[in-house]
Amino acid sequence: MQRYSGFGLVKHALSHHENWQRQWRNPTPKKEYDVIIVGGGGHGLATAYYLAKEHGITNVAVIEKGWLGGGNTARNTTIVRSNYLWDESAALYEHAMKLWEGLSQDINYNVMFSQRGVLNLGHTLQDMRDIQRRVNANRLNGIDGEVLDARGVQELVPIMDCSKRARYPVMGASWQPRAGVARHDAVAWGYARGADGHGVDLLQQTEVTGFKIVDGRVVGVHTNRGDIGAKTVGCVTAGNSSVLANMAGFNLPLESHPLQALVSEPLKPILDTVVMSNHVHGYISQSDKGDLVIGAGIDGYNGYGQRGSYPTVEHTLQAIVEMFPIFSRVRMNRQWGGIVDTCPDACPILSKTPVKGLYFNCGWGTGGFKATPGSGHAFAWSLAKGQMHPLAAPFSIDRFHSGALIDEHGAAGVAH
Amino acid sequence: MFNIYCPYCEEHREEEEFHPKGQAHIQRPTDPDACSDKAWGDYLFFRDNPRGIHHELWVHAVGCRKFFNITRHTVSYAILETYKMGEQPTITAESLASEEKQGDVQVADGGLQTVGASDNSVSESKGAKV
Ligand SMILES: Cc1cc2nc3c(=O)[nH]c(=O)nc-3n(C[C@H](O)[C@H](O)[C@H](O)COP(=O)(O)OP(=O)(O)OC[C@H]3O[C@@H](n4cnc5c(N)ncnc54)[C@H](O)[C@@H]3O)c2cc1C
Ligand SMILES: [Zn+2]
Repeated sequence: MQRYSGFGLVKHALSHHENWQRQWRNPTPKKEYDVIIVGGGGHGLATAYYLAKEHGITNVAVIEKGWLGGGNTARNTTIVRSNYLWDESAALYEHAMKLWEGLSQDINYNVMFSQRGVLNLGHTLQDMRDIQRRVNANRLNGIDGEVLDARGVQELVPIMDCSKRARYPVMGASWQPRAGVARHDAVAWGYARGADGHGVDLLQQTEVTGFKIVDGRVVGVHTNRGDIGAKTVGCVTAGNSSVLANMAGFNLPLESHPLQALVSEPLKPILDTVVMSNHVHGYISQSDKGDLVIGAGIDGYNGYGQRGSYPTVEHTLQAIVEMFPIFSRVRMNRQWGGIVDTCPDACPILSKTPVKGLYFNCGWGTGGFKATPGSGHAFAWSLAKGQMHPLAAPFSIDRFHSGALIDEHGAAGVAH
Repeated sequence: MFNIYCPYCEEHREEEEFHPKGQAHIQRPTDPDACSDKAWGDYLFFRDNPRGIHHELWVHAVGCRKFFNITRHTVSYAILETYKMGEQPTITAESLASEEKQGDVQVADGGLQTVGASDNSVSESKGAKV
C-alpha cells in the first residue's frame, strides 16, 4: 500500500496525478475465510481493519451487498461525541473518542476529524437538571464536559436566538469541547484501504442471502455469488440486521426506521460548532464545504425504503428556524434517508447469538457513527478471542431478558 | 406523505393526523407473574421487524382518536388495507406468497419475514382497499 504524505502529493503532481494506486482491490471471493464480516459500513470495515492490524487475522472477507459505506455510514450527519450517561455506554463511546483522536494518523487517511465541540441545549428546568446530572456523570468517568448558562451559549454561538422572546428560550447547555464532526465517507474509505492493505478481501455487490449452519454452528454464508465458508461470522448490517437474524433463525429486539437528513446550499463560514436540541428537536452544524447539515428525528413507522415523509422534514426545519431565525431564507440542497436499527434502550447490541460462531454488532440506531472506531476495535477483539470484549459485554442480547438495560434515551434524545 | 383511510371516520386523511404505534396484534400475557424472563422479555422488547408485509397499529391522534390497524409494505411503503381493532388482516405475507406461487412467480427467499414480499406482488395485490 502506497502511503499518503505531503511529499507524495508533490511527487504525484509532477505526473499530473495520473499514477495514484487504486485504494483497494476488487478480488474474486475465495471458497473459505477465517472470518467473514457481513456489511461494509464503517463498523464492519473498522472491524476488519482491527482484526488484521491488532490480531494478525488477515484471511478475512467483508461482504457488502451494495457499495462500501453506502448504508448509514455515508448518510449520517457526522456528529461525534462521548457524553453518554451510564458507565457502560460512556466507556464504549469514550473508547471510540480516543481512537478518533489519532485515527487519521493510524489509518494514514484524512478523516477530517474536527473537534469543534458539541452543545446539547436545555430549554426547561428538567432539561437543565438532566444536563447537570449527565455532565457530572461524564466528569466522574473522565469525559470532558461543562454546564453552560444561556449567556455562555450565546457567547459560543452569537447567531442563535438565546433571547427570552424565543418560543422555547435557551436556558443553558452541556458542552463537550472534544466532540465534533468527521468526514463520514473518508472513514469508510480509510478503513477499507487499511484493511485491504493488510490483505482483507472487500467483496462489493455481494449479498448474503442465508447462513450455512451445521449442528448449531455457523460454517459459512450463502450469497448471490455462491457459498463462502467461515467458522466465524460477524454481522454488522445496521437497518437490515433483523432480516439477517431471521435468516439464522432468531429474532432481535430491533425496529428499522427511516431517518432523514438534509443539507443546504453552501454558505460562508457562520457556525463553528455543533448545536443540538432534544426539546425543540433538531440539530445543525456546518460542513467544511459550507453547507448546513441538518437532522432531527426518525419517521415513527417501520421502513426499509431509505426515505421518509415530508412532515418530518418540515418539523426538522421548523426547529432549526426556531433556534436560528437567521437561517429562515437558506435554501435546502439535498435531502435523503437511511434505515436505522433502533433498540428499546437506545443502546447497541454487540453480542454472541444462539448460533455458535455467529456474532452481531447492530442496534446503533440513530447514533452509531461516533462509535465507529471503538465498535470495530472491541468487536474485532471479540471475534478474535471468541469472547466478548469487556467494553462490549454489557451490550449482549441477554439484557432484554435479564432486564439489565442501559437506558440512554436522554443522551440520545435527538436522533443523530 | 401517506394518505390514510381511517376505518372509523371512513375517510382518507393526511399522515400528520396519525401516529404509528408499532406492531399490531401483540397480546399481553394473561398471567404476567407466571411468565418466564424469556417470555416477558419477548413480550416487552422483541418485535417482528419484517422487510415486507407489516401489520401495525396506528392512532388517529387529531381525528377520532381511535386506534386501528394497517397492513403496509415496509419497502414500498404501500398501504394495503386498514381495519378496525379486533379485526384480522385479509392480506398477509403468506396470502401474497400463495398468490405468487399460483402465478408461477418465484417466491423471494431469504428468511421468514421476506417470504412473498416482493414489491411486485404488492402492486398487483387485489385485496387492497386503499
Ligand atoms: C440521517 C442519519 C443521520 C445520522 N447522524 C448521525 C450522527 O450525526 N452521529 C452519529 O454518531 N450517528 C449518526 N447516524 C447513525 C449512524 O449513521 C449509524 O449508526 C452508523 O453509520 C452505522 O454504521 P454501520 O457500519 O453499522 O452500518 P451501515 O453503514 O448501514 O452498514 C451496513 C451495511 O450492511 C450492508 N448489508 C445489509 N444487508 C446485507 C446483506 N444481506 N448482505 C451484505 N451486505 C448487507 C448494507 O448495504 C450496508 O452497507 C445517522 C444515521 C442516519 C441515517
Ligand atoms: Zn378517525
